[in-house]
Amino acid sequence: MLKLEDINKTYNIGTVNEAKLFADFNLTIEQGDFISVIGSNGSGKTTMLNIICGSLAIDSGRLLSNGNDISRLKEFQRAKFMGRVYQHPDMGTCPSMTILQNMALADNKGKLFGLTMGVNKKRIDFYREELSRLKLGLEDKLEVKVGSLSGGQRQAMALLMSTMTPLEYLILDEHTAALDPKTSEIIMALTDEIVREKQLTTIMVTHNLRHAAEYGNRLLMMHEGQVIMDKKGQQKTETKVDELLDIFNSISVECGN
Amino acid sequence: MEAVLSIIIGILEQGFIYGVMALGVYITYRILDFPDLSVDGTFPLGAAVTAMLLTKGTNPYLALLAAIAAGALAGLCTGIIHVKFKVKDLLSGIITMTALYTINLRITGRSNLAFFNENTIFNSGIALWIPQSCRIVVIAILLAIVVKLVMDWYLHTKSGFLLSACGDNKTLVTSLAKDFGKVKIVGLILANALAALSGAILCQQQRFFEISMGTGAIITGLGSVIIGMNIFKHMTFIQGTTAALVGAVVYKGCTALAIALGLPTTDMKLITAVLFLAVLVINSREKGDKRA
Repeated sequence: MLKLEDINKTYNIGTVNEAKLFADFNLTIEQGDFISVIGSNGSGKTTMLNIICGSLAIDSGRLLSNGNDISRLKEFQRAKFMGRVYQHPDMGTCPSMTILQNMALADNKGKLFGLTMGVNKKRIDFYREELSRLKLGLEDKLEVKVGSLSGGQRQAMALLMSTMTPLEYLILDEHTAALDPKTSEIIMALTDEIVREKQLTTIMVTHNLRHAAEYGNRLLMMHEGQVIMDKKGQQKTETKVDELLDIFNSISVECGN
Repeated sequence: MEAVLSIIIGILEQGFIYGVMALGVYITYRILDFPDLSVDGTFPLGAAVTAMLLTKGTNPYLALLAAIAAGALAGLCTGIIHVKFKVKDLLSGIITMTALYTINLRITGRSNLAFFNENTIFNSGIALWIPQSCRIVVIAILLAIVVKLVMDWYLHTKSGFLLSACGDNKTLVTSLAKDFGKVKIVGLILANALAALSGAILCQQQRFFEISMGTGAIITGLGSVIIGMNIFKHMTFIQGTTAALVGAVVYKGCTALAIALGLPTTDMKLITAVLFLAVLVINSREKGDKRA
């Protein structure tokens, strides 16, 4: 369970550009939740993810993971129990290293990076098996550098790599936004499969309202640093894309754009 | 004919000695994408440590190890200045380099230190098994190859993978629950240890230490790495470490050629600088490199 308690975050404090985004923001994420988060630009979706992951410091408030205060943990320390897939496929892989080396890196997460051989040959069959789930034929290209793969292939690898070791939370930061429609569907289906199989508590920010409606068991809409819609279970299942679109438009009208 | 041969041997000696430093620069510049100017201080640091120890009668191989340790320590300083104190990469190197100028003087006690009668790796121990005419070049090549092989091995370990990942994509290192600042520090330690080793070998070969011998070392190192990468850019099966070594030999070949064509040896630094500029210009013309 992840709890955000009384989070305050103001950008550019003390300058003319000062902008308060979160004022006493609260959110509780239950174990096993798969939450889709939607909202317009500047609504605070990505800031929330950055706060959860520790890439952005908060002004005040607490983050509790299963009751433990993790607010003071650095980003790399939180990464021990969090996996994150970014919007840009380049963020989740190493372009100058081969597919095999990338898999080996991800496989060693949380362990010592010492002076033993980087690739454990006994694990290669397992890597092949995992890669074959992507149905992209990458299992036969182990020696190919990741930099020469397409964006979709790299994003599929990034997803696989970030979920290879045991995790508490999976953070998906518009992870299908940079992909073409077909690849985006493949990645989304794969995400759902992995989340179910590993029973990961997942927070997915997306601009794709259909994905938001279709996947997950809870749906949040954010606006100006607040959760303005929170649908769970049955309520969420009944939510239609058109309905979301209407609410979205009404917010925009209120803002005058 | 004999004159040509001696020039070629001289180029190989210098090339492989400086090549050890080029291997270090390969780590910072190519793998970590960190322009580390500390090398201008750590190269003579290695020489200073060696000169000081040899005049005290220390075993010449032990002196090399001491130089490596001193270089590693200096690299650690640059790393801490950059990572912990958040000083920009270029400035961190300049700070270390400047501080080392004084430290090098303190180590040797003066700006020149010659030791023509002491044992060196080139005139004692296993060197005696090699014919005198080619002793220096054989030992220089052997040392450079050993360093290259150790580095190739290291880059294939888990720690080496993390180093490569750090230069490629820092976000991924964070995702792997590792502090990329620490990884950078490791890279700087290794690179400066190699620069100091290179300075120590050169010092044993020329049998004297001179405070300004490091000026422009980083230029030679960077030039070697960039030349090497360009020579082998279409041959991806050639390892980067091999390219760096070959690049160093070519670089030293070019400067030797300029001297052989009649320029005075006092023009060395100018030649080195102009040659580096030429390498950068050619490099950026060819591929519009953003780093050039």
